[in-house]
Amino acid sequence: MRSIKYLAAALVASATIGGASVGHAATLDDVRAAGILKCGINTGLPGFAYTDDAGNWTGFDVAFCKAVAAAALGDGNKVQYVNLTGANRFPALASGEIDVLSRNTTWTFSRDVDLGFTFVGVNYYDGQGFIGRKSLGIKSAKDLDGASVCIQTGTTTELNLADFFRVNKMTYEPVPIETNEEARVAYLAERCDVYTTDASGLAATKTTFENADDHMVFPEIISKEPLGPLVRQGDDQWADIARWTLNALINAEQYGVTQANVGRMMSGTDNPEVNRMLGNEGSLGAMLGLEKDWAVNVIKSVGNYGEIFERFLGTNTALGLKRGQNALYTQGGLLYAPPMR
Amino acid sequence: MAVSGVPAGFELRRMWTDERARSALFQVLVVLGLALLVAFFVSNTMANLQARGLEPGFGFFGDTAFFDINQKLIDYSSQSTFGRALVVGLLNTLLVSALGIISATVIGFTAGVLRLSNNWLVGRLITVYVEFTRNVPVLLQIIFWWSVLTGLPKVADSLSIGGALFLNNRGVRMPAPILENGFGWVVIFFALGVVATFFVGRWAHRRHMATGLPFPMLWVGLGLLILPALIVFIVSGQPLDWDMPERTRFNYRGGFNVTPELVALWWALSTYTGSFISEIVRAGILSVSKGQTEAAHALGLRPRLTMRKIIIPQALRVIIPPLTSQYLNLTKNSSLAIAIGYQDFVSIGNTVLNQSGQAIEVVGIWMVVYLSLSLATSAFMNWYNSHIALVDR
Amino acid sequence: MTTQPFFRQQSELLAERPPPAATSGVIGWVRANLFSGWLSTILTLLGVYMLWLLIPGLLDWAFFDADFHGDDRFACTSSGACWAWFDQRINQFLYGFYPSEQTWRVNVALALLIPALAPILFDKMPGAKHLRWFSLTYPVVATFLLIGGVGLEEVPTHKFGGFMLNVTVGLAGIVLSLPIGIVLALGRRSRMPIVRVLSLAFIEIFRGVPLITLLFVAAILLPMFLPPSFSLDLVVRVIVVVTAFASAYMAEVIRGGLQAVPRGQYEAASALGLGYWKTMGLIVLPQALKISIPGIVNTFIGLFKDTTLVIVIGLFDVLNIGRTMIANPDWLGLAVETQVFISLFFFVVCFSMSRYSVVLEQRLDTSNS
Repeated sequence: MRSIKYLAAALVASATIGGASVGHAATLDDVRAAGILKCGINTGLPGFAYTDDAGNWTGFDVAFCKAVAAAALGDGNKVQYVNLTGANRFPALASGEIDVLSRNTTWTFSRDVDLGFTFVGVNYYDGQGFIGRKSLGIKSAKDLDGASVCIQTGTTTELNLADFFRVNKMTYEPVPIETNEEARVAYLAERCDVYTTDASGLAATKTTFENADDHMVFPEIISKEPLGPLVRQGDDQWADIARWTLNALINAEQYGVTQANVGRMMSGTDNPEVNRMLGNEGSLGAMLGLEKDWAVNVIKSVGNYGEIFERFLGTNTALGLKRGQNALYTQGGLLYAPPMR
Repeated sequence: MAVSGVPAGFELRRMWTDERARSALFQVLVVLGLALLVAFFVSNTMANLQARGLEPGFGFFGDTAFFDINQKLIDYSSQSTFGRALVVGLLNTLLVSALGIISATVIGFTAGVLRLSNNWLVGRLITVYVEFTRNVPVLLQIIFWWSVLTGLPKVADSLSIGGALFLNNRGVRMPAPILENGFGWVVIFFALGVVATFFVGRWAHRRHMATGLPFPMLWVGLGLLILPALIVFIVSGQPLDWDMPERTRFNYRGGFNVTPELVALWWALSTYTGSFISEIVRAGILSVSKGQTEAAHALGLRPRLTMRKIIIPQALRVIIPPLTSQYLNLTKNSSLAIAIGYQDFVSIGNTVLNQSGQAIEVVGIWMVVYLSLSLATSAFMNWYNSHIALVDR
Repeated sequence: MTTQPFFRQQSELLAERPPPAATSGVIGWVRANLFSGWLSTILTLLGVYMLWLLIPGLLDWAFFDADFHGDDRFACTSSGACWAWFDQRINQFLYGFYPSEQTWRVNVALALLIPALAPILFDKMPGAKHLRWFSLTYPVVATFLLIGGVGLEEVPTHKFGGFMLNVTVGLAGIVLSLPIGIVLALGRRSRMPIVRVLSLAFIEIFRGVPLITLLFVAAILLPMFLPPSFSLDLVVRVIVVVTAFASAYMAEVIRGGLQAVPRGQYEAASALGLGYWKTMGLIVLPQALKISIPGIVNTFIGLFKDTTLVIVIGLFDVLNIGRTMIANPDWLGLAVETQVFISLFFFVVCFSMSRYSVVLEQRLDTSNS
């Protein structure tokens, strides 16, 4: 056996420097040992994962990565971003190449049960829609019989699309593409009549069009797409950390903890829920295996859910998305995080 | 080496000094080492699969696919199985490989012969073409041709030929034949024509070898292939209908559509492999010594006959082996279809892999299929080589 | 009967006259090479027409009407190409996401390649013997420079990108595949049946499957074959499969070289009493490798072109950097310019290497005979 170990080591001499980790089974320990969180994100989707002028990755999904890094390592900047296409995102998570996948992934039965992953919550309630040119002269997706539809392979949107057309007894020509950028190129060149993906993705893509008013998003939302981050099955502690990071973000918005005032609230407030979350009371951090101020680091790093939404997807951004279903339950939306007690 | 006085029994030292024993021991060690390595990998894989809750096995071939494929040669719908989807992908790979091989050969032979012509300008232009396509990665060329084809007119401005063929950036749409009942007879008579051509050809060749009399095999062969089938076709009332493309709101419907992805992949592969083939053809023709041409002319053979009977057969001996390996490269390069969205075997396998999670099985199938294709081509090449091998004197 | 003699007597040589105008000089050359027959004439006219259509348009687009400066695509207002992205993004194309203060390390590693290769390709060089030790240690030196460690800041491999990634994967693949290829080639010719069969199987398997499937193996399957808590970088895994792929081709090239070594060399070595390894190491392999060098260079050119395939598994090589750049709203729609630039770069590098290998081949031909 030793010769084989030597063989493996000789073949990959730079592995230890390159980030190999040996020996521990728990993801939290691996992340702490490596000193960096490996987070899988999109290759490029405006609003969710994109590079700013300095070349740093930022966006709605990227913010979650930073939040988990802040919780586990204390610093939201200690993230290694791994850009993944629709095709290799699941293998990357399954193989250990990344610790958490934050790539607007739909929570479905088969992904949860069959592929061996654990979804830690929903950070964006979405649905699948279509975008097409107004010059097509149709008002509803049910008039799309015979159209060419650009579709990303390996996604739930591909399956929903097939179901929608089959149930409505229409035919279509699928134009398979790998990434959002290819879809945009093909759609703008009129290789396909409509492009279908999650409504948030449609809004994101629309911002990159030159004459955005020439295009419309059709009213039909043909599926439920609860988008959320996921981790591997089998490591409950790590799943809990990711899950409660998301819940902390939502609860922070509910209780009015923001990036600006978390420093002040750290020292104590009237709300026992906030005190428990920020570590002044109780020992929530220790139960997770983290420090007392894990949630403080999270909120200091990225803000609460509402701030993240407004910063990347909200009405002041190019995407201009309304909170809609993604508002707190107290404001008519679906976001309801369990109490931190 | 026998040394007198040393008993010829087993000595441990002979393990080291006797070459046969040494090689046997070495081979046993190699086999053991390989077995250990394989066992190491298999146990790791089992552990990893268990930790993820995945089960190996080919049962998923029977699961419903739920996704659609646009370019398909056989019937397929989103309710078909994963297995059928993979078959569709394999047929697409074979389709683009076959088309590519034919056109690459045509392009390669033409370019190779043209490069050898007297025309300086044409020779230089061909050189530029060959050098450029050989030195740019084929993936870039495929993406380039796809961008060019996506720049074709949009559906509303389609170019049409004769009102039956429509060209736009969604593909080339042409009438598809619908075979009606009587067509079976046409096929039978065509098959009989093929058999007849074969036998007539053999008889003509024998007669030519024995007596030197020529026989217009080309015309007779064409006639035998076409005429019986044509007569039966007309007599049985032309049992062939055409599914004409018609314009609907978004697209053309009906007929047979060749997507721009297929055309781009086919064209890129043809020009890329064609440039390699042109170099092979050029080297092959140059390898036939000039003395052969001169001797043929001295015998009174005209240039056309010289080329056909003397030069080409000898050049083919040099051309065929590298040619088959270029064909194999073309088949393997067709797997780059995944980059432009042509759903070939690798691309559909990738989708299946994602939807079902069974990575090992899908990758294994890929390897097996491509290996079979390459081994079949190697076997054919070996057979051809032994068939036409020059007898060494 | 005397008749007028039918010949004319001449006491001096006639003065030389120039050949007919139609067969010499420029006109003669044009007639022979461009218009020697009706087919040739048609082809020439077609060729000239094509050139006349393409070349002025191409030059206009690429140079005369093009924009060379600007902050985003809106600064490119002319009808020609937009090269404004060049001075802003050229670093990304060359180095990927490598930290810009550390790119000198990449440059040094590349510069050191020349003295590392020189003693292998030119064995008459002065000091070649000593430089060969440097060649041997160059892979370690280059790895250290690129990844860091003691003294130099660590740069994780996921930051590799652009041309640097293509060159790194290609070079690493070729360099590491050389010893493996030698072993495989020797194994293929071995008299031991098991070794021969195993080498043959390895070579046939890795030559028979497309590189894309091997890249998928690297991305998806290799992590499964390794112990559950042992993980390797994606770039390292890609180098492993590319090495295996290149070894199969290298083995065939070296096998050709081994076959080209005259049988007399083996027999003479036997006569001198040299065993198998001494024969191979001292007599046969040096000659075989020298003969194989053009083939090795060709394999490297092919491998270098194939490194663009890593885009399929999400690595940011130069092609992917181009794609990502045009996805940015600042640089939308510049697909043609980026493709032209990347194609030109590959063409220049690969063409010069292939010209060089032709020169090498000619030199080796004359030196051997």
